[in-house]
Amino acid sequence: MAEKMELRDIEVWDGNMAASQAMRQVQIDVVAAYPITPSTPIVENYGSFLANGYVDGEFVMVESEHAAMSGCIGASAAGGRVATATSSQGFALMVETLYQASGMRLPVILNVVNRALAAPLNVNGDHSDMYLGRDSGWIQFDAYNPQNAYDLNFIAFRVAEDHEVRLPAMVHQDGFLTSHTAQGVHTLDDDTAYSFVGDFKPMNDMLDLDHPVTHGVQTEEDWHFEHKARQHHDLMTKVFPRIQAAFDAFEKLTGRKYNIVETYNTDDADAVVVCMGTAVETAVEVSNELREEGKKVGVIGIRVIRPWPYDQLLDALKGIKAIGALDRSSPNGTFGMLYNELAGTVVNGDEKKVLTNYVYGLGGRDLLKSQLREIYAELLANAEAGKPTTPLQQLIGVRGPKISFH
Amino acid sequence: MSEMKKIKNLKEFSTSADRFEGANLLCPGCAHSIIVREILNATNDDLILSASTGCLEVCTAVYPYTSWDASWIHIGFENGSTAVAGAEAMYKALKRKGRLKQPDREPKFVSFAGDGASYDIGFQWISGCFERGHNIMHVVLDNEVYANTGGQRSSSTPIGSSTTTAPAGRVSYGEKQNKKDMLAIMAAHGAPYVAQVAPNKWKDMIKKIQHGFAVEGPVFINAMSACTTEWKFLPEDTIAISDLATDSLVFPLYEIIDGTKLNITYRPKNVIPVKDYLGAQGRFKHLFKPENKHVLDEWQKRVDEKWEYLQRREEAGV
Repeated sequence: MAEKMELRDIEVWDGNMAASQAMRQVQIDVVAAYPITPSTPIVENYGSFLANGYVDGEFVMVESEHAAMSGCIGASAAGGRVATATSSQGFALMVETLYQASGMRLPVILNVVNRALAAPLNVNGDHSDMYLGRDSGWIQFDAYNPQNAYDLNFIAFRVAEDHEVRLPAMVHQDGFLTSHTAQGVHTLDDDTAYSFVGDFKPMNDMLDLDHPVTHGVQTEEDWHFEHKARQHHDLMTKVFPRIQAAFDAFEKLTGRKYNIVETYNTDDADAVVVCMGTAVETAVEVSNELREEGKKVGVIGIRVIRPWPYDQLLDALKGIKAIGALDRSSPNGTFGMLYNELAGTVVNGDEKKVLTNYVYGLGGRDLLKSQLREIYAELLANAEAGKPTTPLQQLIGVRGPKISFH
Repeated sequence: MSEMKKIKNLKEFSTSADRFEGANLLCPGCAHSIIVREILNATNDDLILSASTGCLEVCTAVYPYTSWDASWIHIGFENGSTAVAGAEAMYKALKRKGRLKQPDREPKFVSFAGDGASYDIGFQWISGCFERGHNIMHVVLDNEVYANTGGQRSSSTPIGSSTTTAPAGRVSYGEKQNKKDMLAIMAAHGAPYVAQVAPNKWKDMIKKIQHGFAVEGPVFINAMSACTTEWKFLPEDTIAISDLATDSLVFPLYEIIDGTKLNITYRPKNVIPVKDYLGAQGRFKHLFKPENKHVLDEWQKRVDEKWEYLQRREEAGV
């Protein structure tokens, strides 16, 4: 039996500690993990919990991230609660197994501490790894700060393990900006945290020796499409109701309210930026300042990246005239993911909206408040003109002559 | 520990309750199915199995069918060992936490993989599992080639073999490299038990499998699996070819205990020339051209040297 840990109501934790404490509190049965910057402390913290009796599951320190997820898949299919953590190159190495986990409908939880992808090698935060995972069939939650990283882990376990869902889920946080920045985090006591997620209820578990099961079958043109269609269907229809229910229950328990799409200052806004991660908090601050100057600007934060919150965004974007999609990943030959997804979201709506794309913060470069002020000024000009007044895509904060396209 | 299954004769063995069904898509004459049945029938214990991508996997779990009457998982090409190691970790966790549904039963964890999935692409995963000491058995179905994808060379492919990626041709006798010595490598991991088996020597094989099931820790079994399709012999000759392999000492049967102590477990009464084994298979046909005689000589020399080495190791008891 794992020992309980006494926590203060507010602990000063960075995002990594917040995630590892949540992993401890839900009493995971198997963690198979491999260290990589900047998610390493999650694995180290967990090892320390184990060494001091606060965890009584198995902790398998494997030889690569691919093996980490492979071990998680085997453990999950065996029938128990499973999670791990990674970043960047490790995430990239895991990609094959990400599709395997979701295709086998195994509710593994993966904490992804976002970091750039090489080359050039870079240990700092951007969203390249997060974007790499977006077609992998996982549910993807995005944390903007350590408190979110803590809270969303509980939500992720509760939703992923629901027998109607049975899909793996990632909880993303920004490398270093969230993972290594200590803030006050409101905690749950161990019993309350565990109860919110509840006991793991196995399904098609390999360790039920009286009911042997076959996991990971072969299908070709005869059945593959049906499997993928079913998974997509469940992502599109079953996940959001359960996330919303989990958010509601969490708010009732803690008073902390989460939304599938987070909106700030959007009610009468003419222009908004849509962004993820720590950029949301910076943008909210700038938007608050601009509001004081009488400028009608707001922020939309994507809380759930997959499934893509189409309906929630349509609703949030009502009346907004100009949208700036802020992508923290190199689009490498097209528009940023958020731009493309938002274009697909608003294109059939009744309202004409001007949509532009800003690529920022690659490899951990800071997003400055002054840059956001400029972006908002451009967006307000777009709103006023009813058409783009700038190039459709601009790279923000990069050396040399201004880089923009279309 | 669980009770050891008693197997006295082949008939008794063949009537064991099958947990690997005859309904599968493997080629007629494929040794994989013989080996898998022999391993599964060696124990009455519950089994948790994995297969890496390969012939066994694609031929036995084609949705909506399965040939497996034991829990079975396939993830990918390289990670079957880690899949079953993950399941073994879950077993340990649930046992400790008192959540096993059948707490009085102790399943065995077995991973099946081809030589490509073991010697090549899955090597790191197997090495990791063995270093960590999972209580699993990894069985290589060693047909010395990527058979599932149509006969490409692997690092288990022996010298002189003609494969689709290292074919024999006007200026080439086929594979240039010699077969990787996986048993030595796995023994060097300090595994409690490492053995080479062949399905024609079924008593030897059962003994080794039961030994493997009885020890704690990772067990490595290299099972020679004669491949009618890629080795190019008639499907009804699988066991005859296997006999040639073991009697020519091309596949010597031995075991290594605790990483060091080597025992030879089969000594042919009449050792036959290696060329008799090679000549029975289409993959080596070109070696019998005059210009390739040096490869035949090289083959015999290598087999003799290996046998000499194994005997010296056995005598030395190290």
